[in-house]
Amino acid sequence: MLGFVIQRLLQAFVVMMIISAMVFVGVYAVGNPIDVVLSPDATQQIREQAIKAYGFDQPLWKQYADFLGRLIRGDFGNSFLYNMPVLQLIGSRLPATAELTLAAVFGATFLGVPLGMYAGYRPDSTFSKAVMAISILGFSVPTFWIGLVLIFTFAVELGWLPAGGRGETAQLFGIEWSFLTTNGLKHMFLPALNLSLFKFAMMVRLARAGTRETMLTDTVRFARAAGESEWTILTRHVLRLIAIPIVTVFGLELGSTMAFAVVTETIFSWPGVGKLIIDSITTLDRPVMVAYLMLVAFFFIVINFVVDISYAALDPRLRTRRA
Amino acid sequence: MTLLQVRDLQTHFATRSGALKAVDGVSFDIAAGEIVGLVGESGSGKSVTGFSILGLIDPPGRIIGGSVKLEGRELVGLPNAELRGVRGRQISMVFQDPSATLNPVLTIGRQMQLALEAHEKTSEAAMRARAVEVLERVGIPDAARRLDAHPHQFSGGMRQRVAIAIALLNSPALIICDEPTTALDVSIQAQILTEMKALARDLGTAMIWISHDLATVSSVASRLLVMYAGRIIEEGPVRDVLRAPRHPYTAGLIASLPAHAVPGRDLVQIPGSTPSLFDLPPGCAFQPRCTYAQAGCGVMPNLLREENRAVRCHFPLNGSGS
Amino acid sequence: MIDPSSPLARFWDEFRHNRIAVGALVVVVLIMLIALFAPLISPQNPYDLATLVLTDARRPPGFVGSKGFTHWLGTDAQGRDLLSAILYGLRISIQIGVMAGGIAFCLGATLGAFAAYFGGKIEALIMRIVDLQLSFPAILLALVLAALLGQGKGPLIAALVTAQYAYFARTAHGAAATERSKEYVEAALSTPLSPRRVVFRHILPNCLPPLIVVATVQVANSIALEATLSFLGLGLPVSEPSLGMLIANGFQYMLSGRYWISIYPGVALIVLIVAINLVGDQIRDQLNPRLRR
Repeated sequence: MLGFVIQRLLQAFVVMMIISAMVFVGVYAVGNPIDVVLSPDATQQIREQAIKAYGFDQPLWKQYADFLGRLIRGDFGNSFLYNMPVLQLIGSRLPATAELTLAAVFGATFLGVPLGMYAGYRPDSTFSKAVMAISILGFSVPTFWIGLVLIFTFAVELGWLPAGGRGETAQLFGIEWSFLTTNGLKHMFLPALNLSLFKFAMMVRLARAGTRETMLTDTVRFARAAGESEWTILTRHVLRLIAIPIVTVFGLELGSTMAFAVVTETIFSWPGVGKLIIDSITTLDRPVMVAYLMLVAFFFIVINFVVDISYAALDPRLRTRRA
Repeated sequence: MTLLQVRDLQTHFATRSGALKAVDGVSFDIAAGEIVGLVGESGSGKSVTGFSILGLIDPPGRIIGGSVKLEGRELVGLPNAELRGVRGRQISMVFQDPSATLNPVLTIGRQMQLALEAHEKTSEAAMRARAVEVLERVGIPDAARRLDAHPHQFSGGMRQRVAIAIALLNSPALIICDEPTTALDVSIQAQILTEMKALARDLGTAMIWISHDLATVSSVASRLLVMYAGRIIEEGPVRDVLRAPRHPYTAGLIASLPAHAVPGRDLVQIPGSTPSLFDLPPGCAFQPRCTYAQAGCGVMPNLLREENRAVRCHFPLNGSGS
Repeated sequence: MIDPSSPLARFWDEFRHNRIAVGALVVVVLIMLIALFAPLISPQNPYDLATLVLTDARRPPGFVGSKGFTHWLGTDAQGRDLLSAILYGLRISIQIGVMAGGIAFCLGATLGAFAAYFGGKIEALIMRIVDLQLSFPAILLALVLAALLGQGKGPLIAALVTAQYAYFARTAHGAAATERSKEYVEAALSTPLSPRRVVFRHILPNCLPPLIVVATVQVANSIALEATLSFLGLGLPVSEPSLGMLIANGFQYMLSGRYWISIYPGVALIVLIVAINLVGDQIRDQLNPRLRR
């Protein structure tokens, strides 16, 4: 097991290096970053000074080496736009995105898996068909449009819930959280719902497909022949058997939900990193873009790592093969 | 004493091309402690018969008629909750491939516990003790320690023993064995056959041994049922049927046994192939492949009983086989 | 060669039995036709700024405009007839979705099939890159690319292709690796045929079924992704509003209750995507051997 962990850590390091190179080339090599820092009518002298100050006159590989050096020291540079250290900027926005993402993914999983299992268990019932219809909609309808409809229905027409913002927050471990106040929860409900619909649809599909296939296996027939109840079969056998793909997707979705938070945060003016990255993209605030992409990549690697380890916990066949 | 009485059992599968009559009017009795072999080619309806007894037919299949009585109690049409009480406790089942039946992600002990809990919830310790007892009974060494192992940590033969142990957990009166040795190595097959026979004798458990392999069945069972195209076509004590088959199909099966082969000569084959259940000839289903077929065979023959033998043929053989 | 029409005919025969899927297919074809003939059937050319009347802006559905015809779905902030704008928007959305999906299909399938064909280091390298990309959310990739490459159809399609080719590569590789190990490919390899020929003539055609399933899903995804990018202001220029941009433009008016500017283009978008996905679902179910009985 230890060898496996070390091997994965090495792999993760290599992947991070590759991603940093790609991100760097993608973000720095295309377009002229200096145009962003300076107003178009700046004098030639000011331009040159700025180019020196930001290191844009160095050859690309040198810039990359400096960039890597700074990354390792945890220095992502200053945001052109906010003129503050990027890490600090992202750090201040991260809790908002984190609580929104977690609420969405957990909600989607704890609702989607049981419903999907039922739909797979009784594929012909009306309820299952309704669940599947919702999941097809959740899968097909673009997140941003659902967000608009939610705002229009619950905020504009019914006036039940606020249309945007984080609402009141309370402190925990020195960080502001919305989920600790009623007002904050109210603000969080619509964006979390919006963000979770796609994940919900995915969980429903996954659980349904897995349950349908598993119900046809001899394992289920054998359990039935032993007189086990359908409830036991579903909760003890089927759930354990379909857990592996679900845990994988759960992990991966945690990352991609963060990415999709970009859209939801924009619509609901939720002050998280998603909103920040959109602003930085439209203004070509490169240090923020780089830091955000590296952060997401880092998350992905950590999550993949955790997923791999939980595989071993869920599938005893893998455990012995690796031991 | 009759343990199980099956009468005119009919299990059909609804398909787009009409009803597929997988089991079409099967009747037989099983006495307590008796081992009966149910032989037929794949698609003859032998497995479906086994599953029908337990009411384990998945849609689009359905038992559309007939009766299955266990110690006088009708099982067909019983609500699922009550059938569940029969399954595993009074009648249990062993399947063909143990690596497909056992749940790969649960320990053996957990699976045995679930099978026990299905009928009676006792203490963890009592359930473990029972599990160990049964595992030892089927010849698994160091059973107490093996309880915490997963199925993949057992060999194929050991895995099937575990499956048999699960079937025995609640001391059922009848075990339906659906080709339980087909997926195993030949050497292990023989071991399991002998042990199951001994188990059945010691515990007084009746067995229905379903197989396509006449040789295997004959070495376990005392009585033989031969199925063809959803019907029973011959029935009788193993020794008598083997010595003097009365249905031409049974005769063909016996002649094609490798034990009967003459060295250097091809194995004897039954001409033609299993008919599609959608496209059965009128009358006797075996008629197109039968070397003895005559004009009268276009009418469905009845199952003719005579002492302890029965045959579904207008022109039964009466010699000493082929 | 087996008669190619017979498996296809059997496929259609099974497809026909799912009424929802057939309905969805009809809708897809209908929308495609509408998009194709948009200039002929829409009451107004929404790109011709001269025909727009500002006093007609933001009128509700059913409003009779100063030009004399009824705006059945209302007008947008520039006084554009929303129905016409939606028809043209569909045209652009489908165009981009199909082009991006098609290019991603060709690129990804070829890459995946060659990776499986050559094996060894080339395969490992290609598939590592593909896996790496797959683990990264497509939307982020497209966002960054669209931002870097600038506005316009070309850059947008490039961004969508980059974000999506990996799905095709993965699928083609999986199917081709299975095909590769089959005897007929071994047989083809033992003859002096070029690798290109083996890949394109023998391996790829046999990988088509799973690729087609991915293709339907990815065309729908491209359309949704394009709409999302346009909504975020990173898609097409304002002069050619796709559905996503129409929705974005209406967003600010929604808070004052003028729902139609955002809702109707959204409905058109959803009908299109749902219909494509329903067709794709049925094809997937039909091609999944594990659900066969």
